[in-house]
Amino acid sequence: MKIRVVAVQFKPRKGDVEHNLDRVTDALRQVVEDNVPADVVVFPETISSGYFLEGGVREAARTREQILEALAQRYQPFARQEPLDVVLGFYELWRGKYYNSALYLTLSAEPEACRIVHTHRKFFLPTYGVFQEKRFVARGRNIEVFQTRFGVATVLICEDVWHSITGAIAALKGAEVFFVIAASPGRGFHGENVDNVMKWQQLLCNMAEEHGVWVVNASLVGFEGGKGFVGQSMVVNPFGQIVVSAPLMKEAMITATIDTEEIAIARANAPLLADLEAGLADLLIEMQEIAAEQHARDRQ
Amino acid sequence: MSKLEVIRAPAHTHDAEELLRINAPLVAEWLVEFLRDEMIRRRGFHRAVVGLSGGVDSSVTAFLCARALGAENVWGIRMPYRTSSVESLEHAQLVIDQLGIHSRTIDITPAVDGYLQYEPDADGRRRGNVMARMRMIVLFDLSAKLNALPVGTGNKTERLFGYFTWHADDSPPINPLGDLFKTQVWQLARYLGVPEVIVSKPASADLIVGQTDEDDLGISYHLADQILYFLLRGYRVEQIEEMGYPREKILLVKGRLESTHWKRHLPTTAMLSTTSINDYYLRPVDY
Repeated sequence: MKIRVVAVQFKPRKGDVEHNLDRVTDALRQVVEDNVPADVVVFPETISSGYFLEGGVREAARTREQILEALAQRYQPFARQEPLDVVLGFYELWRGKYYNSALYLTLSAEPEACRIVHTHRKFFLPTYGVFQEKRFVARGRNIEVFQTRFGVATVLICEDVWHSITGAIAALKGAEVFFVIAASPGRGFHGENVDNVMKWQQLLCNMAEEHGVWVVNASLVGFEGGKGFVGQSMVVNPFGQIVVSAPLMKEAMITATIDTEEIAIARANAPLLADLEAGLADLLIEMQEIAAEQHARDRQ
Repeated sequence: MSKLEVIRAPAHTHDAEELLRINAPLVAEWLVEFLRDEMIRRRGFHRAVVGLSGGVDSSVTAFLCARALGAENVWGIRMPYRTSSVESLEHAQLVIDQLGIHSRTIDITPAVDGYLQYEPDADGRRRGNVMARMRMIVLFDLSAKLNALPVGTGNKTERLFGYFTWHADDSPPINPLGDLFKTQVWQLARYLGVPEVIVSKPASADLIVGQTDEDDLGISYHLADQILYFLLRGYRVEQIEEMGYPREKILLVKGRLESTHWKRHLPTTAMLSTTSINDYYLRPVDY
């Protein structure tokens, strides 16, 4: 199966959800009208509002139904025959709590056929240094995979993939395509690129290679209160190689046709996922022992 | 018995200079984007005013502004006091000429002396603060006239040392150099092509004739930046001493750092409610 993926990075206007959804729509219009090869278009974490909102999350958060409705409506004037899938990050209001979430939607020329395929709520909320997520949003509790028109996928958000275990869980559950959305403020300027850009390349390449999966990453750009988001969105193949990459800091869209048949080739060359599956029962016991020990230790 | 070759990890101190090294072209590109984004996109200003002292920080700031906005949108403002050195004025002019930016020269002597005539006994520190605050009055007023944004020039070392006048040097709404140590500003200056005479001269606040920062502070910037680097990362005095840095210099740096936290904050407000601004009511600067 070949999937045409697009990752878009643009600078959202702080807190202005309507404007930012208009810009998401502009990018979709460009994809449709200019025939940019696309089955799935991926936008970065918190593209609806910008990332650093602090208490402004209360004003910028939307329900997933509101996002679906807003995009489905905006999409109609230029809708194409074939459905178009969209992944995007937003601050979500869900059951009385706020989350840093990602939606996987299918847009269609038939308004009633537009639908939410999957919602991921960020599992690991960075709350250190410049990050304050736990103060303002609640943590998601699941690492899920879901069926798309193109096979099994997962969506992960930023720090979710800094822990290799989340990628392992998604791969064990059967995800072959990882949509990873991020907002990464640049820091560390002594190397050939910004430190965290190089770290992101390393993380995504390692994740793709270890599990033999495709990774499609969209990463935020623009300065917010002096903190500049790096962008450099990328697509990584199951061999751990970057096949296309967007520029640092600049607005852009990248596109690639990914071939899920390469997953089997990569996994035959490096059967790490199969090894992990084989050792899973033992690992689980190890994990349970660690959890039990920590629980007992912290009770002392 | 044949012995294996032993390969030792280098000591921390050998790395320190390397750790403070920056990729100057990348930093310049980043800061140009910062200026464009924060000035034009976020705040709607296309013009900048920069107070040009003839020193390296304000020169680098002017170079970055010219790159980001175009020389025609940058005003370099020279604001000498009667005791300021002629060299400072000349060096500021070198920057103005090299970049082709607009310039103004405002002699702050009558304004400063107009106040100080009522306080003739003011010591050097007070006089310096009055001058610094007068320069900000000029800079902010000209920014209003020109529909421009004042751009700050303070570097990380002086911010950490509290070596600036509160609500003066630190008051412009945006600052491209505030997270660069002084020795890193020098690296950036050389990359940007700031005249070497400005980069290599001893840094000075130029408030008192012949004064240099390093004499004032009691430590060289090279040494101070390395010690600050480790202190900010959470290393203890003893650990830094083990790396080979003199204890008295570490304590000097630590003392300045820890006695000036207040200078890096807004004024302290008495909290009375659960909607206290910046305690409970939290909105970012660009919201």
